[in-house]
Amino acid sequence: MGSDPIFRPGDQVRVRKAAPLGHVRTPYYIRGHAGVVERICGAFPNPEELAQMRDGLPAQPLYRVRFRQADVWPGYRGGAADVIELEIFQHWIEA
Amino acid sequence: MTAARDAKAGRVAKAAGRYEPYAYFQLMEVSLRELLVEKGIVTDDAIAGAMAAMRARGPERGAAMVARAWLDPAYKARMLANGSMAAEELGFEVPGLRLIVIENTPDTHNVIVCTLCSCYPRMLLGLPPEWYKSRPYRSRVVREPRKVLAEFGLKVPTKVAIRVHDSNADMRYMVLPRRPAGTEGWSEAQLAGLVTRDCLIGVADPALPKPRRRAQAARPRKPAKRANTRKPRKS
Repeated sequence: MGSDPIFRPGDQVRVRKAAPLGHVRTPYYIRGHAGVVERICGAFPNPEELAQMRDGLPAQPLYRVRFRQADVWPGYRGGAADVIELEIFQHWIEA
Repeated sequence: MTAARDAKAGRVAKAAGRYEPYAYFQLMEVSLRELLVEKGIVTDDAIAGAMAAMRARGPERGAAMVARAWLDPAYKARMLANGSMAAEELGFEVPGLRLIVIENTPDTHNVIVCTLCSCYPRMLLGLPPEWYKSRPYRSRVVREPRKVLAEFGLKVPTKVAIRVHDSNADMRYMVLPRRPAGTEGWSEAQLAGLVTRDCLIGVADPALPKPRRRAQAARPRKPAKRANTRKPRKS
């Protein structure tokens, strides 16, 4: 049984700004940034728990989140419509 | 590491006249593999066969999917909705692969990276190229994609948005490039031949082969004078 997704495509979300130890699949460069949910990818065992030899359950909803490059990188040189997309687990998102 | 590579490593160590112990992960791999073989769970041949198949695999499967999508709009729609099922539809077994296919359009160019390691849809594209796993590509393509693409020879106009996809967790990605103009009436196999690995990662666009000029015409002509100064060949 997985947790239910609490966000929907189109929702504004922000990635938690935290620095826990362990096997975290949320890259540093995106922590603390705001984006928009592009799609729900499904639910997967929490990799931070799997790395500790635990079962990682309940599975965490995984979202594809789209960020504006100009928001992510100070002084970004490129088109204003340039974006970057990442997979963010639900427990890394705050509304 | 295969038996052949073990043997080679052994020869190298012997030739150099020094003892080279396995590194931590090499030792773990060899120990695990030997245990699995001793317990009859796998055979040396099966492991060597699987490794040879992995090394021999290229991007042909991904290219075949792209060619089908170019010819069959219904297939393309299914592929964009669920990449893994679209792969299986063409008979490609992709157990465990969660594939997202992203489409290049006149307005958007897509490029794929894994900033955390080297995630890549190996079942469909074979082993990733060395540069895909390199730190410069992984760290730069996210923050200056246009510059990196230009270094690959791909100039993306500013009016075309660039969408970078970080393959950072459980999904894998493949780009559906745009079909080049001038390929009307081409067969599926011909079209697949245009789709390179780099097109599927998003650092290149498919291009028609440049028309080959005849070798003679292509060679710049040397001044005739010099040719004339040569001694005539004896016949």
